[in-house]
Amino acid sequence: MQLRRKRASATARSYPTYFASGAIVLHLVFIVIPSVMGFYYALTNWSRFSSDIEFVGLDNYRSVFDSGSAMLQAVKNTLVFTGVTIVTKTVIGLMLALLVSRGIRRFSTLHRIVIYLPAVLPMIIVGIVFKSILHPSTGILNGFLDAVGLDFLTERWLTDTGLALYSIAAVDTWKGVGFIMLLFLAGLESIPREYYEAARIDGATALDELRHITIPLLMPVLTVVTVLNLLYGLKIFDSVWVLTNGGPGYATETVNTIVFKEFARGHYAVSAALSTVLFVVMTTAGLFLIRAMHRQIDDA
Amino acid sequence: MRRSLRSGVNHTVASSVSLVMVIPIYLVVVNSLKTDAQARSMGAGVPTEMRWDNYDRVIEEGRLARTFVNSMIYTVFGTVLCLLLATTAAFVLARRHTRLNRLLYLFLVIGIAMPVNYVTLMKVMQWTHLVNTQLGMVILYAAFKLPFAVFVIYAFLHTVPIEIDEAAILDGCAPRQLFWRIMVPLLRPAWITVGILTFLDLWSEFIMPLYFLSSSDKWPMTLAVYNFFGIYESSWNLVSADVVLTILPVLVVFVFGQRYIKSGMTVGAVKG
Repeated sequence: MQLRRKRASATARSYPTYFASGAIVLHLVFIVIPSVMGFYYALTNWSRFSSDIEFVGLDNYRSVFDSGSAMLQAVKNTLVFTGVTIVTKTVIGLMLALLVSRGIRRFSTLHRIVIYLPAVLPMIIVGIVFKSILHPSTGILNGFLDAVGLDFLTERWLTDTGLALYSIAAVDTWKGVGFIMLLFLAGLESIPREYYEAARIDGATALDELRHITIPLLMPVLTVVTVLNLLYGLKIFDSVWVLTNGGPGYATETVNTIVFKEFARGHYAVSAALSTVLFVVMTTAGLFLIRAMHRQIDDA
Repeated sequence: MRRSLRSGVNHTVASSVSLVMVIPIYLVVVNSLKTDAQARSMGAGVPTEMRWDNYDRVIEEGRLARTFVNSMIYTVFGTVLCLLLATTAAFVLARRHTRLNRLLYLFLVIGIAMPVNYVTLMKVMQWTHLVNTQLGMVILYAAFKLPFAVFVIYAFLHTVPIEIDEAAILDGCAPRQLFWRIMVPLLRPAWITVGILTFLDLWSEFIMPLYFLSSSDKWPMTLAVYNFFGIYESSWNLVSADVVLTILPVLVVFVFGQRYIKSGMTVGAVKG
Protein backbone atom coordinates (compact mmCIF):
# COMPACT_ATOMS: atom_id res chain seq x y z
CA MET A 1 0.00 0.00 0.00
CA GLN A 2 2.69 2.39 1.07
CA LEU A 3 4.79 1.37 -1.87
CA ARG A 4 1.96 2.12 -4.22
CA ARG A 5 1.46 5.58 -2.75
CA LYS A 6 5.15 6.30 -3.07
CA ARG A 7 5.05 5.19 -6.63
CA ALA A 8 2.02 7.42 -7.34
CA SER A 9 3.78 10.51 -6.06
CA ALA A 10 6.83 9.65 -8.15
CA THR A 11 4.69 9.41 -11.28
CA ALA A 12 3.05 12.73 -10.41
CA ARG A 13 6.46 14.38 -10.41
CA SER A 14 7.65 12.64 -13.56
CA TYR A 15 4.59 13.41 -15.63
CA PRO A 16 3.62 17.00 -14.89
CA THR A 17 0.16 17.80 -16.20
CA TYR A 18 1.31 21.17 -17.57
CA PHE A 19 2.98 19.22 -20.40
CA ALA A 20 -0.52 18.83 -21.82
CA SER A 21 -1.41 22.51 -21.55
CA GLY A 22 -0.28 23.54 -25.03
CA ALA A 23 -2.55 21.02 -26.72
CA ILE A 24 -5.43 21.74 -24.35
CA VAL A 25 -5.24 25.51 -24.90
CA LEU A 26 -5.09 25.27 -28.69
CA HIS A 27 -7.93 22.79 -28.82
CA LEU A 28 -10.00 24.82 -26.39
CA VAL A 29 -9.52 28.22 -28.02
CA PHE A 30 -9.79 27.30 -31.70
CA ILE A 31 -12.16 24.34 -31.76
CA VAL A 32 -14.21 24.03 -28.57
CA ILE A 33 -14.90 27.68 -27.71
CA PRO A 34 -16.12 28.56 -31.23
CA SER A 35 -18.46 25.57 -31.11
CA VAL A 36 -19.85 26.61 -27.74
CA MET A 37 -20.23 30.21 -28.91
CA GLY A 38 -22.26 28.81 -31.79
CA PHE A 39 -25.04 27.76 -29.42
CA TYR A 40 -25.47 31.38 -28.35
CA TYR A 41 -25.08 33.10 -31.72
CA ALA A 42 -27.48 30.63 -33.33
CA LEU A 43 -30.23 32.27 -31.28
CA THR A 44 -29.38 35.84 -32.30
CA ASN A 45 -29.68 38.03 -35.37
CA TRP A 46 -25.90 38.44 -35.67
CA SER A 47 -25.04 39.67 -39.15
CA ARG A 48 -22.77 41.97 -41.09
CA PHE A 49 -25.58 44.50 -41.40
CA SER A 50 -26.52 45.25 -37.81
CA SER A 51 -24.06 46.46 -35.24
CA ASP A 52 -26.03 45.30 -32.19
CA ILE A 53 -26.85 41.68 -31.61
CA GLU A 54 -30.37 40.80 -30.46
CA PHE A 55 -31.84 37.57 -29.18
CA VAL A 56 -34.33 36.13 -31.68
CA GLY A 57 -34.99 32.68 -30.26
CA LEU A 58 -35.36 29.89 -32.76
CA ASP A 59 -36.01 32.11 -35.80
CA ASN A 60 -32.85 30.94 -37.56
CA TYR A 61 -33.89 27.32 -37.20
CA ARG A 62 -37.41 28.11 -38.38
CA SER A 63 -36.01 29.54 -41.59
CA VAL A 64 -34.06 26.33 -42.11
CA PHE A 65 -37.20 24.27 -42.07
CA ASP A 66 -39.28 26.58 -44.26
CA SER A 67 -40.41 24.28 -47.00
CA GLY A 68 -38.76 24.93 -50.34
CA SER A 69 -35.83 26.68 -48.80
CA ALA A 70 -32.32 25.97 -50.01
CA MET A 71 -31.40 24.97 -46.49
CA LEU A 72 -33.96 22.24 -46.14
CA GLN A 73 -32.81 20.90 -49.49
CA ALA A 74 -29.21 21.10 -48.27
CA VAL A 75 -29.99 19.07 -45.15
CA LYS A 76 -31.72 16.42 -47.27
CA ASN A 77 -28.85 16.33 -49.76
CA THR A 78 -26.30 15.96 -46.99
CA LEU A 79 -28.20 13.01 -45.54
CA VAL A 80 -28.57 11.36 -48.95
CA PHE A 81 -24.91 11.93 -49.76
CA THR A 82 -23.84 10.54 -46.40
CA GLY A 83 -26.08 7.48 -46.70
CA VAL A 84 -24.98 6.71 -50.24
CA THR A 85 -21.26 7.08 -49.54
CA ILE A 86 -21.46 5.01 -46.35
CA VAL A 87 -22.89 2.14 -48.40
CA THR A 88 -20.65 2.47 -51.46
CA LYS A 89 -17.41 2.96 -49.55
CA THR A 90 -18.15 0.14 -47.10
CA VAL A 91 -19.28 -2.40 -49.70
CA ILE A 92 -16.64 -1.63 -52.32
CA GLY A 93 -13.95 -1.15 -49.67
CA LEU A 94 -14.67 -4.56 -48.18
CA MET A 95 -14.76 -6.25 -51.58
CA LEU A 96 -11.45 -4.69 -52.55
CA ALA A 97 -9.88 -5.70 -49.24
CA LEU A 98 -10.98 -9.31 -49.78
CA LEU A 99 -9.78 -9.18 -53.37
CA VAL A 100 -6.26 -7.89 -52.68
CA SER A 101 -5.69 -9.95 -49.54
CA ARG A 102 -7.20 -13.29 -50.56
CA GLY A 103 -8.16 -13.17 -54.24
CA ILE A 104 -4.82 -12.47 -55.85
CA ARG A 105 -1.32 -13.76 -55.36
CA ARG A 106 0.85 -11.39 -57.34
CA PHE A 107 1.14 -7.59 -57.15
CA SER A 108 -1.03 -7.45 -54.04
CA THR A 109 1.07 -4.69 -52.43
CA LEU A 110 1.16 -2.69 -55.65
CA HIS A 111 -2.64 -2.81 -55.95
CA ARG A 112 -3.05 -1.73 -52.34
CA ILE A 113 -0.81 1.28 -52.87
CA VAL A 114 -2.45 2.30 -56.15
CA ILE A 115 -5.99 1.95 -54.80
CA TYR A 116 -5.07 4.00 -51.74
CA LEU A 117 -3.32 6.68 -53.80
CA PRO A 118 -6.38 8.91 -54.54
CA ALA A 119 -6.99 9.25 -50.80
CA VAL A 120 -3.91 11.44 -50.40
CA LEU A 121 -4.72 13.79 -53.29
CA PRO A 122 -6.35 17.12 -52.42
CA MET A 123 -10.13 16.94 -53.01
CA ILE A 124 -9.98 20.27 -54.85
CA ILE A 125 -7.60 18.76 -57.40
CA VAL A 126 -9.67 15.61 -57.75
CA GLY A 127 -12.74 17.77 -58.32
CA ILE A 128 -11.09 19.82 -61.05
CA VAL A 129 -9.93 16.70 -62.90
CA PHE A 130 -13.32 14.98 -62.62
CA LYS A 131 -15.03 18.13 -63.84
CA SER A 132 -13.28 17.49 -67.14
CA ILE A 133 -13.79 13.72 -67.07
CA LEU A 134 -17.53 14.11 -66.46
CA HIS A 135 -18.04 16.90 -69.00
CA PRO A 136 -21.10 15.89 -71.08
CA SER A 137 -19.66 16.60 -74.55
CA THR A 138 -15.87 16.58 -74.22
CA GLY A 139 -15.35 14.42 -71.11
CA ILE A 140 -13.67 11.05 -71.48
CA LEU A 141 -16.36 9.15 -69.55
CA ASN A 142 -19.07 9.85 -72.10
CA GLY A 143 -16.45 9.53 -74.84
CA PHE A 144 -15.55 6.06 -73.58
CA LEU A 145 -19.22 5.00 -73.30
CA ASP A 146 -19.82 6.17 -76.88
CA ALA A 147 -16.77 4.34 -78.15
CA VAL A 148 -17.75 0.99 -76.66
CA GLY A 149 -21.33 1.25 -77.91
CA LEU A 150 -22.91 2.08 -74.55
CA ASP A 151 -23.94 5.55 -75.68
CA PHE A 152 -27.38 5.11 -74.07
CA LEU A 153 -25.57 5.33 -70.72
CA THR A 154 -24.09 8.76 -71.40
CA GLU A 155 -25.42 11.42 -69.07
CA ARG A 156 -25.09 15.07 -68.14
CA TRP A 157 -23.35 13.88 -64.99
CA LEU A 158 -22.96 17.15 -63.14
CA THR A 159 -25.74 19.27 -64.61
CA ASP A 160 -28.68 16.88 -64.41
CA THR A 161 -30.69 17.85 -61.32
CA GLY A 162 -31.51 14.28 -60.38
CA LEU A 163 -28.05 12.89 -61.00
CA ALA A 164 -25.50 15.49 -59.91
CA LEU A 165 -25.50 14.57 -56.23
CA TYR A 166 -24.88 10.91 -57.06
CA SER A 167 -22.06 11.85 -59.41
CA ILE A 168 -20.39 13.74 -56.56
CA ALA A 169 -20.91 10.72 -54.30
CA ALA A 170 -19.26 8.54 -56.97
CA VAL A 171 -16.23 10.83 -57.22
CA ASP A 172 -16.01 10.86 -53.45
CA THR A 173 -16.15 7.08 -53.35
CA TRP A 174 -13.40 6.88 -55.96
CA LYS A 175 -11.21 9.04 -53.74
CA GLY A 176 -12.06 7.60 -50.35
CA VAL A 177 -12.53 3.88 -50.92
CA GLY A 178 -8.81 3.06 -50.69
CA PHE A 179 -8.65 4.35 -47.14
CA ILE A 180 -11.62 2.21 -46.14
CA MET A 181 -9.99 -0.77 -47.86
CA LEU A 182 -6.88 -0.30 -45.71
CA LEU A 183 -8.97 -0.34 -42.54
CA PHE A 184 -10.66 -3.57 -43.61
CA LEU A 185 -7.29 -5.08 -44.55
CA ALA A 186 -6.02 -4.45 -41.03
CA GLY A 187 -9.16 -6.06 -39.65
CA LEU A 188 -8.86 -9.08 -41.96
CA GLU A 189 -5.27 -9.67 -40.90
CA SER A 190 -6.38 -10.02 -37.29
CA ILE A 191 -8.72 -12.96 -38.06
CA PRO A 192 -6.89 -16.23 -37.29
CA ARG A 193 -6.37 -18.45 -40.33
CA GLU A 194 -7.41 -21.54 -38.34
CA TYR A 195 -11.04 -20.42 -38.42
CA TYR A 196 -11.08 -20.70 -42.18
CA GLU A 197 -9.22 -24.00 -42.19
CA ALA A 198 -11.71 -25.47 -39.73
CA ALA A 199 -14.63 -24.17 -41.78
CA ARG A 200 -13.21 -25.67 -44.95
CA ILE A 201 -12.84 -29.07 -43.28
CA ASP A 202 -16.53 -28.80 -42.37
CA GLY A 203 -17.27 -28.17 -46.03
CA ALA A 204 -18.16 -24.50 -45.83
CA THR A 205 -18.45 -22.56 -49.09
CA ALA A 206 -16.81 -19.20 -49.70
CA LEU A 207 -20.15 -17.50 -49.04
CA ASP A 208 -20.54 -19.38 -45.75
CA GLU A 209 -17.10 -18.21 -44.69
CA LEU A 210 -17.98 -14.62 -45.52
CA ARG A 211 -21.28 -14.74 -43.67
CA HIS A 212 -20.27 -16.74 -40.63
CA ILE A 213 -16.61 -15.85 -40.08
CA THR A 214 -15.42 -12.77 -41.92
CA ILE A 215 -18.33 -10.36 -41.42
CA PRO A 216 -19.08 -11.21 -37.77
CA LEU A 217 -15.41 -10.87 -36.86
CA LEU A 218 -15.14 -7.62 -38.81
CA MET A 219 -18.06 -6.07 -36.90
CA PRO A 220 -15.84 -3.76 -34.80
CA VAL A 221 -14.07 -2.50 -37.94
CA LEU A 222 -17.43 -2.10 -39.67
CA THR A 223 -18.62 0.08 -36.81
CA VAL A 224 -15.54 2.28 -36.98
CA VAL A 225 -15.76 2.52 -40.77
CA THR A 226 -19.43 3.46 -40.67
CA VAL A 227 -18.97 6.20 -38.10
CA LEU A 228 -15.91 7.58 -39.90
CA ASN A 229 -17.85 7.69 -43.17
CA LEU A 230 -20.80 9.28 -41.39
CA LEU A 231 -18.61 12.00 -39.89
CA TYR A 232 -16.92 12.58 -43.23
CA GLY A 233 -20.18 12.72 -45.18
CA LEU A 234 -21.98 15.14 -42.87
CA LYS A 235 -19.33 17.83 -43.28
CA ILE A 236 -18.82 17.38 -47.02
CA PHE A 237 -17.76 20.61 -48.70
CA ASP A 238 -14.72 20.59 -51.00
CA SER A 239 -15.98 18.12 -53.59
CA VAL A 240 -19.36 19.83 -53.94
CA TRP A 241 -17.78 23.26 -54.03
CA VAL A 242 -15.51 22.49 -56.97
CA LEU A 243 -17.73 20.06 -58.91
CA THR A 244 -21.10 21.88 -58.87
CA ASN A 245 -20.92 24.74 -56.39
CA GLY A 246 -24.26 23.54 -55.05
CA GLY A 247 -26.07 23.62 -58.40
CA PRO A 248 -27.90 23.10 -60.61
CA GLY A 249 -30.41 25.13 -58.59
CA TYR A 250 -30.11 23.78 -55.07
CA ALA A 251 -29.71 20.20 -56.28
CA THR A 252 -26.35 19.60 -54.61
CA GLU A 253 -26.24 22.18 -51.82
CA THR A 254 -25.03 20.63 -48.57
CA VAL A 255 -25.01 21.93 -45.01
CA ASN A 256 -21.45 23.20 -45.27
CA THR A 257 -21.88 24.87 -48.67
CA ILE A 258 -24.86 26.77 -47.25
CA VAL A 259 -22.85 27.62 -44.12
CA PHE A 260 -20.18 29.19 -46.32
CA LYS A 261 -22.64 30.97 -48.61
CA GLU A 262 -24.61 32.44 -45.71
CA PHE A 263 -21.34 33.50 -44.13
CA ALA A 264 -20.23 35.17 -47.35
CA ARG A 265 -23.60 36.96 -47.57
CA GLY A 266 -23.09 38.26 -44.04
CA HIS A 267 -25.86 36.17 -42.44
CA TYR A 268 -23.57 35.00 -39.65
CA ALA A 269 -26.24 33.79 -37.24
CA VAL A 270 -27.83 31.48 -39.83
CA SER A 271 -24.41 30.05 -40.56
CA ALA A 272 -23.74 29.54 -36.86
CA ALA A 273 -27.15 27.88 -36.38
CA LEU A 274 -26.49 25.29 -39.09
CA SER A 275 -22.97 24.62 -37.83
CA THR A 276 -24.36 24.05 -34.36
CA VAL A 277 -26.70 21.34 -35.61
CA LEU A 278 -23.72 19.65 -37.26
CA PHE A 279 -21.78 19.98 -34.02
CA VAL A 280 -24.42 18.23 -31.94
CA VAL A 281 -24.90 15.37 -34.39
CA MET A 282 -21.23 14.77 -35.10
CA THR A 283 -20.00 15.03 -31.52
CA THR A 284 -22.62 12.50 -30.45
CA ALA A 285 -21.48 10.17 -33.22
CA GLY A 286 -17.91 10.80 -32.12
CA LEU A 287 -18.63 9.54 -28.61
CA PHE A 288 -19.84 6.27 -30.12
CA LEU A 289 -16.73 6.14 -32.28
CA ILE A 290 -14.38 6.55 -29.34
CA ARG A 291 -16.21 3.88 -27.40
CA ALA A 292 -16.06 1.52 -30.37
CA MET A 293 -12.36 2.11 -30.88
CA HIS A 294 -11.55 1.62 -27.23
CA ARG A 295 -13.49 -1.58 -27.07
CA GLN A 296 -11.03 -2.78 -29.70
CA ILE A 297 -7.99 -1.80 -27.68
CA ASP A 298 -9.42 -3.65 -24.71
CA ASP A 299 -10.07 -6.71 -26.87
CA ALA A 300 -6.61 -6.67 -28.38
CA MET B 1 -8.55 -25.43 -64.00
CA ARG B 2 -11.46 -23.69 -62.32
CA ARG B 3 -9.05 -22.33 -59.80
CA SER B 4 -6.78 -20.72 -62.36
CA LEU B 5 -9.78 -19.23 -64.17
CA ARG B 6 -10.96 -17.66 -60.95
CA SER B 7 -7.54 -16.26 -60.18
CA GLY B 8 -7.38 -14.85 -63.71
CA VAL B 9 -10.68 -13.07 -63.19
CA ASN B 10 -9.50 -11.72 -59.83
CA HIS B 11 -6.30 -10.36 -61.30
CA THR B 12 -8.22 -8.72 -64.13
CA VAL B 13 -10.63 -7.06 -61.70
CA ALA B 14 -7.80 -5.85 -59.47
CA SER B 15 -5.92 -4.46 -62.45
CA SER B 16 -9.02 -2.69 -63.77
CA VAL B 17 -9.65 -1.07 -60.39
CA SER B 18 -6.04 0.07 -60.18
CA LEU B 19 -6.30 1.43 -63.71
CA VAL B 20 -9.39 3.47 -62.78
CA MET B 21 -7.44 4.87 -59.83
CA VAL B 22 -4.49 6.09 -61.92
CA ILE B 23 -6.30 7.29 -65.07
CA PRO B 24 -7.02 10.79 -63.70
CA ILE B 25 -3.36 11.26 -62.77
CA TYR B 26 -2.30 10.02 -66.18
CA LEU B 27 -4.75 12.45 -67.78
CA VAL B 28 -3.37 15.53 -66.07
CA VAL B 29 0.23 14.53 -66.79
CA VAL B 30 -0.27 14.04 -70.54
CA ASN B 31 -2.52 17.06 -70.94
CA SER B 32 -0.11 19.31 -69.08
CA LEU B 33 2.30 18.81 -71.99
CA LYS B 34 -0.14 19.46 -74.85
CA THR B 35 -0.96 22.60 -76.78
CA ASP B 36 -4.02 24.60 -75.90
CA ALA B 37 -6.01 23.17 -78.82
CA GLN B 38 -4.94 19.56 -78.20
CA ALA B 39 -5.85 19.71 -74.53
CA ARG B 40 -9.28 21.21 -75.16
CA SER B 41 -11.08 17.90 -74.58
CA MET B 42 -8.60 16.64 -71.96
CA GLY B 43 -8.25 13.43 -73.97
CA ALA B 44 -6.14 10.41 -73.12
CA GLY B 45 -3.90 10.63 -76.20
CA VAL B 46 -0.21 11.37 -75.81
CA PRO B 47 0.99 14.85 -76.83
CA THR B 48 2.49 15.15 -80.31
CA GLU B 49 4.93 17.83 -79.22
CA MET B 50 6.08 18.32 -75.66
CA ARG B 51 5.05 21.76 -74.47
CA TRP B 52 7.21 22.10 -71.38
CA ASP B 53 6.65 25.85 -71.54
CA ASN B 54 3.14 25.28 -70.15
CA TYR B 55 4.86 24.83 -66.82
CA ASP B 56 6.80 28.09 -67.20
CA ARG B 57 3.57 29.92 -67.96
CA VAL B 58 1.70 28.42 -65.02
CA ILE B 59 4.49 29.09 -62.57
CA GLU B 60 4.51 32.71 -63.67
CA GLU B 61 0.80 33.42 -64.21
CA GLY B 62 -0.38 31.25 -61.32
CA ARG B 63 2.33 32.73 -59.08
CA LEU B 64 3.19 29.21 -58.02
CA ALA B 65 6.52 30.03 -56.37
CA ARG B 66 4.73 32.22 -53.83
CA THR B 67 1.88 29.78 -53.16
CA PHE B 68 4.27 26.84 -52.94
CA VAL B 69 6.23 28.61 -50.21
CA ASN B 70 2.95 29.44 -48.43
CA SER B 71 1.77 25.84 -48.56
CA MET B 72 5.13 24.67 -47.27
CA ILE B 73 5.05 27.13 -44.37
CA TYR B 74 1.53 26.17 -43.29
CA THR B 75 1.98 22.44 -43.78
CA VAL B 76 5.47 21.95 -42.37
CA PHE B 77 5.16 24.29 -39.39
CA GLY B 78 1.59 23.15 -38.75
CA THR B 79 2.73 19.52 -38.71
CA VAL B 80 5.71 20.21 -36.44
CA LEU B 81 3.67 22.26 -33.98
CA CYS B 82 0.96 19.61 -33.96
CA LEU B 83 3.45 16.80 -33.33
CA LEU B 84 5.19 18.67 -30.54
CA LEU B 85 2.01 19.58 -28.65
CA ALA B 86 0.41 16.20 -29.24
CA THR B 87 3.44 14.28 -28.01
CA THR B 88 3.91 16.26 -24.81
CA ALA B 89 0.20 15.91 -24.07
CA ALA B 90 -0.04 12.22 -24.96
CA PHE B 91 3.09 11.51 -22.90
CA VAL B 92 1.70 12.72 -19.57
CA LEU B 93 -1.87 11.60 -20.27
CA ALA B 94 -0.85 8.06 -21.24
CA ARG B 95 1.61 7.59 -18.40
CA ARG B 96 -0.39 8.93 -15.49
CA HIS B 97 -3.93 7.64 -15.23
CA THR B 98 -5.69 10.07 -12.95
CA ARG B 99 -9.32 11.00 -13.30
CA LEU B 100 -8.38 14.45 -14.56
CA ASN B 101 -6.00 13.03 -17.16
CA ARG B 102 -8.61 10.64 -18.50
CA LEU B 103 -10.99 13.54 -18.84
CA LEU B 104 -8.39 15.70 -20.59
CA TYR B 105 -7.61 12.87 -22.98
CA LEU B 106 -11.28 12.46 -23.83
CA PHE B 107 -11.64 16.22 -24.22
CA LEU B 108 -8.84 16.25 -26.81
CA VAL B 109 -9.77 13.09 -28.66
CA ILE B 110 -13.45 13.89 -29.10
CA GLY B 111 -12.08 16.61 -31.40
CA ILE B 112 -11.63 13.91 -34.06
CA ALA B 113 -15.38 14.07 -34.57
CA MET B 114 -16.00 17.76 -33.91
CA PRO B 115 -16.76 19.91 -36.92
CA VAL B 116 -15.30 23.40 -36.92
CA ASN B 117 -17.74 26.27 -36.49
CA TYR B 118 -16.04 28.57 -38.99
CA VAL B 119 -18.27 31.58 -38.37
CA THR B 120 -17.66 31.84 -34.65
CA LEU B 121 -14.05 30.79 -35.18
CA MET B 122 -13.79 33.97 -37.26
CA LYS B 123 -14.63 35.95 -34.13
CA VAL B 124 -11.94 34.14 -32.13
CA MET B 125 -9.47 34.77 -34.95
CA GLN B 126 -10.33 38.48 -34.85
CA TRP B 127 -9.90 38.67 -31.07
CA THR B 128 -6.51 36.99 -31.30
CA HIS B 129 -5.54 39.13 -34.35
CA LEU B 130 -4.84 36.01 -36.38
CA VAL B 131 -7.25 36.59 -39.29
CA ASN B 132 -5.44 36.72 -42.61
CA THR B 133 -2.03 35.98 -41.09
CA GLN B 134 0.39 33.16 -41.81
CA LEU B 135 0.90 32.53 -38.12
CA GLY B 136 -2.86 32.14 -37.77
CA MET B 137 -2.91 29.47 -40.48
CA VAL B 138 -0.09 27.51 -38.85
CA ILE B 139 -1.88 27.56 -35.49
CA LEU B 140 -5.23 26.59 -37.01
CA TYR B 141 -3.69 23.75 -39.01
CA ALA B 142 -1.99 22.41 -35.89
CA ALA B 143 -5.12 22.74 -33.73
CA PHE B 144 -7.18 21.04 -36.41
CA LYS B 145 -5.04 17.87 -36.50
CA LEU B 146 -4.19 17.70 -32.79
CA PRO B 147 -6.91 15.24 -31.73
CA PHE B 148 -5.88 12.60 -34.25
CA ALA B 149 -2.19 13.00 -33.41
CA VAL B 150 -2.86 12.72 -29.66
CA PHE B 151 -4.95 9.63 -30.30
CA VAL B 152 -2.28 7.78 -32.30
CA ILE B 153 0.67 8.76 -30.11
CA TYR B 154 -1.29 7.89 -26.96
CA ALA B 155 -2.03 4.44 -28.38
CA PHE B 156 1.61 4.01 -29.41
CA LEU B 157 2.83 4.92 -25.91
CA HIS B 158 0.90 1.97 -24.53
CA THR B 159 3.25 -0.30 -26.47
CA VAL B 160 6.31 1.28 -24.81
CA PRO B 161 6.98 -0.54 -21.52
CA ILE B 162 6.63 1.67 -18.46
CA GLU B 163 9.73 -0.04 -17.01
CA ILE B 164 11.85 2.08 -19.34
CA ASP B 165 10.47 5.20 -17.65
CA GLU B 166 10.90 3.71 -14.20
CA ALA B 167 14.54 2.87 -14.82
CA ALA B 168 15.19 6.39 -16.07
CA ILE B 169 13.38 7.93 -13.10
CA LEU B 170 15.37 5.80 -10.67
CA ASP B 171 18.52 7.08 -12.34
CA GLY B 172 17.35 10.55 -11.46
CA CYS B 173 15.87 11.65 -14.80
CA ALA B 174 13.89 14.91 -14.58
CA PRO B 175 10.57 15.11 -16.49
CA ARG B 176 12.02 17.15 -19.35
CA GLN B 177 15.01 14.83 -19.73
CA LEU B 178 12.74 11.82 -19.58
CA PHE B 179 10.68 13.32 -22.38
CA TRP B 180 13.44 14.54 -24.69
CA ARG B 181 16.15 11.94 -24.09
CA ILE B 182 14.06 8.81 -23.61
CA MET B 183 10.58 9.27 -25.09
CA VAL B 184 11.30 11.28 -28.22
CA PRO B 185 13.78 8.74 -29.66
CA LEU B 186 11.42 5.87 -28.79
CA LEU B 187 8.49 7.65 -30.40
CA ARG B 188 10.24 8.11 -33.72
CA PRO B 189 8.14 5.55 -35.61
CA ALA B 190 4.94 7.16 -34.36
CA TRP B 191 6.22 10.61 -35.27
CA ILE B 192 7.07 9.54 -38.81
CA THR B 193 3.64 8.02 -39.36
CA VAL B 194 1.64 10.83 -37.79
CA GLY B 195 3.91 13.38 -39.45
CA ILE B 196 3.31 11.92 -42.91
CA LEU B 197 -0.45 11.61 -42.46
CA THR B 198 -0.71 15.13 -41.04
CA PHE B 199 1.42 16.57 -43.84
CA LEU B 200 -0.73 14.91 -46.50
CA ASP B 201 -3.97 16.10 -44.90
CA LEU B 202 -2.81 19.65 -44.33
CA TRP B 203 -1.42 20.04 -47.84
CA SER B 204 -4.95 19.31 -49.11
CA GLU B 205 -6.64 21.76 -46.76
CA PHE B 206 -8.93 24.14 -48.62
CA ILE B 207 -11.70 25.33 -46.36
CA MET B 208 -9.58 27.03 -43.63
CA PRO B 209 -7.72 29.33 -46.03
CA LEU B 210 -11.00 29.94 -47.89
CA TYR B 211 -12.51 31.41 -44.73
CA PHE B 212 -9.53 33.04 -43.08
CA LEU B 213 -7.13 34.25 -45.78
CA SER B 214 -8.41 37.19 -47.80
CA SER B 215 -5.16 38.30 -49.44
CA SER B 216 -4.17 36.16 -52.39
CA ASP B 217 -0.44 36.48 -51.69
CA LYS B 218 -0.98 34.33 -48.58
CA TRP B 219 -2.94 31.59 -50.32
CA PRO B 220 -1.75 27.99 -50.27
CA MET B 221 -1.56 26.02 -53.53
CA THR B 222 -5.03 24.46 -53.18
CA LEU B 223 -6.78 27.82 -53.06
CA ALA B 224 -4.55 29.21 -55.81
CA VAL B 225 -5.18 26.28 -58.16
CA TYR B 226 -8.93 26.58 -57.59
CA ASN B 227 -8.77 30.26 -58.43
CA PHE B 228 -6.54 29.61 -61.45
CA PHE B 229 -9.06 27.02 -62.67
CA GLY B 230 -11.80 29.65 -62.43
CA ILE B 231 -9.85 32.03 -64.70
CA TYR B 232 -8.36 29.55 -67.20
CA GLU B 233 -11.22 27.08 -67.23
CA SER B 234 -10.89 26.23 -70.92
CA SER B 235 -7.09 26.01 -71.00
CA TRP B 236 -6.85 22.46 -69.75
CA ASN B 237 -3.16 22.24 -70.57
CA LEU B 238 -2.39 25.07 -68.12
CA VAL B 239 -4.84 23.83 -65.50
CA SER B 240 -3.28 20.37 -65.77
CA ALA B 241 0.23 21.74 -65.35
CA ASP B 242 -0.92 23.62 -62.26
CA VAL B 243 -2.54 20.46 -60.91
CA VAL B 244 0.60 18.40 -61.51
CA LEU B 245 2.74 20.91 -59.63
CA THR B 246 0.26 21.04 -56.75
CA ILE B 247 0.16 17.27 -56.26
CA LEU B 248 3.88 16.73 -56.82
CA PRO B 249 4.85 17.26 -53.14
CA VAL B 250 2.00 14.97 -52.07
CA LEU B 251 3.14 12.24 -54.45
CA VAL B 252 6.77 12.52 -53.31
CA VAL B 253 5.79 12.22 -49.65
CA PHE B 254 3.40 9.38 -50.49
CA VAL B 255 5.94 7.36 -52.46
CA PHE B 256 8.60 7.63 -49.77
CA GLY B 257 6.19 7.38 -46.87
CA GLN B 258 3.62 4.82 -47.98
CA ARG B 259 5.19 2.01 -45.98
CA TYR B 260 4.65 4.02 -42.79
CA ILE B 261 1.06 4.93 -43.59
CA LYS B 262 -0.49 1.56 -43.01
CA SER B 263 1.07 1.07 -39.62
CA GLY B 264 -0.30 4.45 -38.54
CA MET B 265 -3.69 3.60 -39.91
CA THR B 266 -3.90 0.36 -38.03
CA VAL B 267 -2.83 1.97 -34.80
CA GLY B 268 -4.85 5.08 -35.49
CA ALA B 269 -8.15 3.84 -36.67
CA VAL B 270 -8.62 0.17 -36.07
CA LYS B 271 -6.48 -1.12 -33.28
CA GLY B 272 -7.11 2.06 -31.28
